[in-house]
Amino acid sequence: MSDQPPIVRFRAVSKRFGGGPLVLERITLDVAAGEFVSVIGPSGCGKSTLLRLVAALSPVTEGALAVEGAAPEAARAHLAFVFQEATLLPWLSAAANVELPLRLRGVPAGERQARALALLDLVRLREAAGRHPRQLSGGMKMRVSIARALAREPRILLLDEPFAALDEITRNHLNEELLDWRSKAPFTALFVTHSVAEAAFLSNRIVVMAANPGRFRAEVRVDFPYPRAATLREQPEYFAKVAEVSRLLHAAEEDRAA
Amino acid sequence: MKTPPWAIWLAPVLSGAVFLACWHAVRAATGLQSWILPTPAEIFEAAWREHGTLVRAAGGTAVGALGGFVAATLAGLAIALALGGARWLRTGLYPWLLVLQMTPVIVLAPIIVLWAGPGLPGIVTVTFLISFFPIVVNTTQGLLSTDAHLVDLFHTYDATRLQELWRLRLPSAMPYFLAGLRIAATLAPIGAIFGEYLVGNASGGTGGLGFLVYVYNTQIKIPALFATALISCLLGFIFVAAVSWLNWIVLHRWHDSFERHDR
Repeated sequence: MSDQPPIVRFRAVSKRFGGGPLVLERITLDVAAGEFVSVIGPSGCGKSTLLRLVAALSPVTEGALAVEGAAPEAARAHLAFVFQEATLLPWLSAAANVELPLRLRGVPAGERQARALALLDLVRLREAAGRHPRQLSGGMKMRVSIARALAREPRILLLDEPFAALDEITRNHLNEELLDWRSKAPFTALFVTHSVAEAAFLSNRIVVMAANPGRFRAEVRVDFPYPRAATLREQPEYFAKVAEVSRLLHAAEEDRAA
Repeated sequence: MKTPPWAIWLAPVLSGAVFLACWHAVRAATGLQSWILPTPAEIFEAAWREHGTLVRAAGGTAVGALGGFVAATLAGLAIALALGGARWLRTGLYPWLLVLQMTPVIVLAPIIVLWAGPGLPGIVTVTFLISFFPIVVNTTQGLLSTDAHLVDLFHTYDATRLQELWRLRLPSAMPYFLAGLRIAATLAPIGAIFGEYLVGNASGGTGGLGFLVYVYNTQIKIPALFATALISCLLGFIFVAAVSWLNWIVLHRWHDSFERHDR
C-alpha cells in the first residue's frame, strides 16, 4: 500500500443506539485511497451502521473515526451514499434527480444539466432522462441513483447493499458496470453486501463480520487485477476466493450461534 | 370482468331515474301536498322559474366560499409549514388546534357575526373556520411523513433546513395537502351557505343561497327550497372538480395514485 494516510480510519469504534445493546464492538479498519473494500456478514451485524457512521448520519459512541483525517461531518462534501433502495425523488425526472446534489450546491442550471446528461450517458440511461422514477425498472432506478451519487464527484462512495433487490443477471451487469464507472470517475469504495460472489468480483479487500455485537472476524485480500471482466466469474481462482470467503462467513455465523 | 365504459355512465343515470320515479310514486300514492313534498317535476319547474334569482345567489355564495377557501388554503399551508418545521411549536400548539377543530362553528356563529360583522366578512370567516382544519392537519401530517431514507439522503448532502423543507418535505407533502384541500372544497360551499343563513340578511349584502333558504322558507316556497338545494349541490361539485383537476395537474406524472393498472 502507499504511504498516504488512510482515507477512512476506524480506531476501536463502538456503537450503541440509546441504552440498547452494542451494535458494533471495537471496530478497527483502515481504508486507503483508491481501495474497494467490501463488508460482508450476517443480517444484524451492524454493517449498514458502519456506513452510517462514516457518512455522519449517526455519531460514534466510543473510539475514534476519521474520514480524510477529520471528523466525519467535515468530510461529507467529498462523500456520496448509495442506499439499498434507489431513494429517488418521485416527483423529479431521472435527469432532475441526478441534478439534485448539484442544485443543492448552487451549480448554475446550464452546467448542472450538462453534467447530469453526461452522467446519464455514462450509466446508459440518456434516453430515459425525462422519465419519472415510477416509469423506470428497479435496475434503471439504481443506475440513476449511482449517477446521482457520482454527480457529487465523491472521493468516497458508500454503498449499502445497492443491488440486493435486483435479479442476479441485472446485478452481475451492474457489478461489471460499477467497476467500469469507477475506472472513469475514480473513488474509494466501501461496499456493504450479503453476496459473497459480488464481494469477490468487486473488491480488493473483503472484511467478514460476525453479529451480536457486530465485530470483525476476518479479512481477505482479493488480488485479481482491474479491470475485471465478466469472464472472471468463470475462473477457478475466483471460485477458490468465493469458497474461502464463504467458509469465513460460515465460521462468523457459527460464532454467533455459540 | 372489466366494467365497460358505457356502464360507468349508464348505471348512475339509471339508478337516478329509478330514484326519481319512486319519489314521484310516493307523492302520487300518499297524496301529500306540494308544499310538503313537491314532485321532481315541480322542483325543476321552480328551478326554472327562479333561475335568475338562484344563479345570482349562487354567484354570491361562490364569492364567499372562494374567499374563505383561498384564505384557509394560504393560512393552512403557512401554519402547517410552521408546525412541520418546528417541533416545539407543534408540541405547544397542535392539541389546541384539535380543540378548536372539535368546536362546532355554529356555537361560535354569534361571536363571529359580532367580531367580523355581517355580510361578506362574516360569511368568509365562517367558511374559513370550516375549511381551515383539514388543510392544516393533512399538510402537517404530510410534512412529517417524509421518507426517512430521503431525509438521510439530504443529510448526506449537507442540505440546509430550508432546502430540506422546500425541495423534499413540501413536495412529498403535496398528496396530503391536496387531500386536505379536497375535504376543504366540499366544506367551503357548506360553510358559505351556513354563514349566509346566519348573517346574509343582516345587511344589504349579496344574499346568496343561504339567505334564499331563509327567504323561501318564510314564504313557504318549498319547491324553490328544493331547487336551492340542487344548486348548492352543483356549486359543491364545481369546487370539488376544481380541486380534483389541480390534484391531477400536480400529481399525475409521478404519484402512485395515478399509476395505470393495465400494465
